Amino acid sequence: MNTESFNWEYAPAPEAKDHAKIKKQYDLFINGKFTKPLSKKYFATTSPSSLEKLAEVAEANENDVNAAVKAARVAYEKYWKKLTAKERGKYIFRIARIIQERSRELAVIESMDGGKPIRESRDFDIPNAANYFFYYAGWADKLEYAFPNKTPKSLGVAAQIIPWNFPLLMAAWKIAPALATGNTVVLKPAEGTPLTALKLAEIIQYADLPPGVVNIITGFGATGAAMVNHKDVNKIAFTGSTDVGKIIQKAVAGSNKKLTLELGGKAANIVFDDAPINQAVEGIVNGIFFNQGHVCCAGSRLFVQENVAEEVISKLKERMETLIVGDPLDKNTDIGAINSKEQLDKINSYLHIGKEEGLEIHQSNCNVPSKGYFCKPTLFIGASQSNRVVQEEIFGPVLTIQTFRTIEEVIEKANNIPYGLSAGVWTDKGSKIFNLTTKLRAGVVWANTYNKFDPTSPFGGYKESGFGREGGLHGLLPYITF
Amino acid sequence: MNFDYKTHIDQVGIEERVARFNTRSIKKETKTKGLKLALNMIDLTTLEGKDTEGKVKQMCFKAMHLADDIPGLPTVAAVCVYPTHVKSAKNFLKNSAVKVASVATAFPSGNSTLDIKLNDTHFAVDNGADEIDMVISRGEFLKGNYNFVFDEIAAIKNACGKARLKVILETGELSTLDNVRKASDIAIAAGADFIKTSTGKIQPAATMPVTLVMLEAIKEHYKKTGIKIGMKPAGGISTAKSALQYLVMLNETLGTEWMNNEWFRFGASSLANDIILQLGKEQKGFYYSKDYISND
Repeated sequence: MNTESFNWEYAPAPEAKDHAKIKKQYDLFINGKFTKPLSKKYFATTSPSSLEKLAEVAEANENDVNAAVKAARVAYEKYWKKLTAKERGKYIFRIARIIQERSRELAVIESMDGGKPIRESRDFDIPNAANYFFYYAGWADKLEYAFPNKTPKSLGVAAQIIPWNFPLLMAAWKIAPALATGNTVVLKPAEGTPLTALKLAEIIQYADLPPGVVNIITGFGATGAAMVNHKDVNKIAFTGSTDVGKIIQKAVAGSNKKLTLELGGKAANIVFDDAPINQAVEGIVNGIFFNQGHVCCAGSRLFVQENVAEEVISKLKERMETLIVGDPLDKNTDIGAINSKEQLDKINSYLHIGKEEGLEIHQSNCNVPSKGYFCKPTLFIGASQSNRVVQEEIFGPVLTIQTFRTIEEVIEKANNIPYGLSAGVWTDKGSKIFNLTTKLRAGVVWANTYNKFDPTSPFGGYKESGFGREGGLHGLLPYITF
Repeated sequence: MNFDYKTHIDQVGIEERVARFNTRSIKKETKTKGLKLALNMIDLTTLEGKDTEGKVKQMCFKAMHLADDIPGLPTVAAVCVYPTHVKSAKNFLKNSAVKVASVATAFPSGNSTLDIKLNDTHFAVDNGADEIDMVISRGEFLKGNYNFVFDEIAAIKNACGKARLKVILETGELSTLDNVRKASDIAIAAGADFIKTSTGKIQPAATMPVTLVMLEAIKEHYKKTGIKIGMKPAGGISTAKSALQYLVMLNETLGTEWMNNEWFRFGASSLANDIILQLGKEQKGFYYSKDYISND
């Protein structure tokens, strides 16, 4: 019989990109049209894997922000406020349908611009973005049923600033509930990943939304600051770093603007000795290596009960060896490119800090492309609460592993952090899960799974992870008044 | 031995892992190599009441000549027949590398006495069977009579002599993945050389989640003892695509050492023809009628 060792490396399986249409230059999407920026300035967006320049996008200055907010205000007073709720819903449905129709193109562009593996942009980001639009389209004409005996009213103009980790999905999280509740929008995607938001602008144009209902402008922090400080904005929604979130909250203080913040996280993923260990290992992998660890709710602090720690760590190391790091457009890639050089430098500085602190570091033996920004999946074993790599958000594929003995101990450690966005619990015992969900100070607690999202389920944080909820019925509240 | 411990398998997690295997894209030389390997792992099977020597003879010829118009094809690993057909199968296959496997132990229900099961096994082995596919007593297992199941497997293993023993768990009757894991542990501890999902007579037969749980049992046993156990999903795997998905799962769970027919088999009757069709397409560059492929 044939017993010689059989090497079965997967041949490259790149997703074609010829159907993805990217213009050389993108203007600002204001009042239903792509318009030249008053700033007259453009900046490049590049691929973090191939390092090629993908397009130039406009940099909006204060005057451009004024124009966008004005367009949103006029659209609010002239069309959107007066439109029947049912008609509003139809427009949102239309956006959802077109996203589905163009999902392949959107997935490819998302992976090119942001570096995430095509498997995730194809199976997670784009279908979910469509799902959020579908879900909130359904609420548009049912708001009085969502809040019985109350009269929900729209706010006006919403300024929305989104991060680079899930560019199109975050745009959907922000735009869908705002439109469903009757608000108009000025949205700014992150400077590093503007392309799918600009494709969304094309979709919105194609869906024939009244001009100005959604405006999408590109730029850096200064553009965002101008949006936040604009006097004619009624609502600010921000997803991003805790540092910027604090600046925004100060800027908004004393104004009448409604604010929601979805900020950083450093989630505890807790594995008990009665957990389904093999599936927990899978959940640990999904928790920290999903989207290269660029996930605010990533399970970046692993807590393992001491009596199973050895088993869990050895199985985790073995599983990591099967993770393929490489070209984001290859269908077999598990971990794509780090989003930017700046982010890679930050991750590398934390790898240095962890080693300096004397932690045992483990990285998988995978090959990493020589071109582009890549980071091997990494473990810090034997970490403790006092390690900086445990306390601070790294936002990369880096997992710290701590052990615990009792349930009281792990609750205390899990909560001993300024953040409180999410947590994971792995145990076969239902009563233990419910006990922990009441004691963990986290907006989301996943049980025997991790990083699961659904439009019907609210998402948001405690403490320095922000406030306000997105998704579900709760996700309507930040955009209405009674 | 004590098998009263709790196993912890999360069905949702297993299904998610399987879904992830199935997103792997197998192209070009990886595909051809994988398909040829899958062909070489097949236990070509006929287990019907109406089996005759004539039928077995035709299947044996097919086992050695899968598609002679396509050069470079391997043979299948074995043919799998009832004990009464072992002698003739052995006779037809005598100059080839194809093994003869025989079901035994009151297949498929296993509801008989140990004496009869032992006689069944001896009969097949004495007639020249290289491999014995036994069934476990699922009723005793579900009653919690784990040591009964263990003892029975150990006794059959003893009766096998040099023949390799495949233990069929009939996972379609075990209901939970926790049970699948426990039955796998019992079979391995009792001396199984292979663990096998199904008889093919009960639905569902082999599924990827069930196979993954069994592969994990094999892996953990190997880690503890250094002893390898083989795996055979059987029944319900009929397309080249699903065979490749099983191979991806095998490759990423147990690794290259299991990627051969010494340690992995497909129990299937119609799978071979779909693989031949795909390999023929790779070679000719177009799909062609199934009438060009023999149905034996």
